[in-house]
Amino acid sequence: MEPRPAATAVAVSDAAERPHLTIRASKGWVTLNLKELWQFRDLLGSLAGRDLKLRYKQTALGVIWVILGPLMAAGVFSFVFGTVAKMPSGKVPYFVLAFAGLLGWSFFSAILTKTSGCLVANTHLISKIYFPRLILPLSNIGSALVDFGVSLCMMGVLLAINRVAPSPMGLLLFPIWMVILAAIAMGLGLCTASLTVFYRDVQYILPVFTQILMYASPVAYSLAPVPQRAQWVFSLNPLVPPLEAIRASLIGTPFPTAQSLVMSGVAAAVLFFGGLCAFKYMERKFADAI
Amino acid sequence: MRSEEIAISVQGLSKAYIIAHEHEKHSTLAETLLHKARNPLKRRTKEKFMALNDVSFDIMKGDVVGIMGRNGAGKSTLLKILSRVTEPTAGKIDLYGRVGSLLEVGTGFHPELTGRENVYLNGAILGMPKAEIRRHFDAIVDFAGIDKFLDTPVKRYSSGMYVRLAFAVAAHLNPEILIIDEVLAVGDYEFQQKCLGKMKEVSKTGRTVLFVSHNTQALSQLTESCIILRGGTVDYIGPTEKAIPRYLAANIHQQRGLYEDPSSEPGNRLRLARVVTSDDGAIHRWGESLTFEFLIQVSEPSESLCFSFQIFNGLEQAVCHFWVYGTDLPIGKTSGLKRLRCNIPRSRLYMGEYSLTTYLADRRTNTMQENLSRICPFSVSMHNYARHEYEWQPQECTYLEENNWKMIGAEG
Repeated sequence: MEPRPAATAVAVSDAAERPHLTIRASKGWVTLNLKELWQFRDLLGSLAGRDLKLRYKQTALGVIWVILGPLMAAGVFSFVFGTVAKMPSGKVPYFVLAFAGLLGWSFFSAILTKTSGCLVANTHLISKIYFPRLILPLSNIGSALVDFGVSLCMMGVLLAINRVAPSPMGLLLFPIWMVILAAIAMGLGLCTASLTVFYRDVQYILPVFTQILMYASPVAYSLAPVPQRAQWVFSLNPLVPPLEAIRASLIGTPFPTAQSLVMSGVAAAVLFFGGLCAFKYMERKFADAI
Repeated sequence: MRSEEIAISVQGLSKAYIIAHEHEKHSTLAETLLHKARNPLKRRTKEKFMALNDVSFDIMKGDVVGIMGRNGAGKSTLLKILSRVTEPTAGKIDLYGRVGSLLEVGTGFHPELTGRENVYLNGAILGMPKAEIRRHFDAIVDFAGIDKFLDTPVKRYSSGMYVRLAFAVAAHLNPEILIIDEVLAVGDYEFQQKCLGKMKEVSKTGRTVLFVSHNTQALSQLTESCIILRGGTVDYIGPTEKAIPRYLAANIHQQRGLYEDPSSEPGNRLRLARVVTSDDGAIHRWGESLTFEFLIQVSEPSESLCFSFQIFNGLEQAVCHFWVYGTDLPIGKTSGLKRLRCNIPRSRLYMGEYSLTTYLADRRTNTMQENLSRICPFSVSMHNYARHEYEWQPQECTYLEENNWKMIGAEG
């Protein structure tokens, strides 16, 4: 055992006046303790690092899957929607159109799926150790961003091959589309994660829901050929404007209206804070119920 | 290094768990909704279970305090509240100093990650800043004695290596208040002694240590004072040498030959244990068939779930050990209640008082899921087996084997 550093000894006598920490039943809505989250940033980093390291352990192709996954998905979409259903893809090959759609969608669904499962997957931590529970959902964003980064590079290659110039304005605003998608995903994810602690059904409903949501969003197809009278259905889905904006920024399809983007941003904010509140409200019961 | 400054002050601490009655317990959303739809007006009958009820005590800085109590006395709940895993229902705790808690060795260890990666991950989970882990890294590896395997995934470790590494990380936490739960229940004898030594060292540096254990031996070695919990309340606070006899005496009053799980929480746990003795009243005659029955609740299935138990005699010595692995019987393959029976065709235990200590563990992740001590007390008598010339004397031996004597020669 190493000698205790002098600094610690000083801290002990300082702490004598008032408690370092008081534990009692929390009442009402717990406030978000950002200072505490910051204190646990090392844990956030370690957990995010763990996810990244673990993902392709004991796989033959390893990191190549990050590249192969989206390519295969875009391939299937371009075959089914482009070749078989003969849907239009504008100036670019259908494969590029589908890949641009998948870019935003994969980011969204990765955050949603991982966030909603993160509490149950870490039962052993929650029932044994204290840390701000919000660390777990937050630690998923890292690996989703890494995947997104890799896909974005491939998108760049695809654009170069097909000689398509992305819109500079769209690229500048790109982080905004991403934040909207991330906020919607986190909001839904935090809600479902908390519910899963009490009702495991959510685990089974969610993949089905996500699948439906994907086909209800312009991922495998673009919004342009959808008939006017059916467009209103899409205006109800807050995922449509950011997904269309991402595609528009990259391959020059028409941008969604500014109004629809603002609406989507508002919906994202509402969903995010709603999810956060639900999470914080149920948080105290996690260890007992999980 | 006792001082007059308070380290932990617990005031009127209570924790209530709401238990829904078994037939009304819903674990899926559909069941809950269906039940609500069928009985819109009926409220679920719920029962309040007080795991802790108005517990108050103060612990001074530098004290090493043991917490003991029977299974279900509230020890784990107290620890969980102290380490902020769960919240109290009422009352409060003031903590004067940084708290590090060790409710289980190796929490957050990941089998796929290497030893090195796990040290950093586990350290972060236990609340150590990265810089601190880096500073202690060599000492941790040295203590665990696994330097050759640092870059091997821990799933390839032997269970001994795994536990040593996990304890080493935890032992290098430097909190002012350290809470330890049953850590000594793992590892081999040599390593347990090493851990005890480490904990003694920790307590000598003036840190406050709360140590929860069934192991009266370890408690008497490590602690000066003890708190006995019983039924969620404080039964006794005082010097360890007075607390231990009181604790042991209180245990005698439990139902003989039978253990029933007081809580109905989920988890992998023993719900019922019974010693089927030759005579009534948990009295067994030497040489007769002795049977042990266990009802194990599995709610987190694992193929490698294993169960073992020891028979302890009145001197706190383990006399026998029996075990069954997941590869022998599919105990943990599916969830539900599993009934196990272990039979000793002819028990040779010598007369005296005995009790069981049970272990429910997962071999693969090497985690102890439940460890119950001194349950199902029973006694062995020799009344069917008379010895001429001398009466049976207590503690003459622990074990009496069947034997044959012959005169095989006579000379002179």
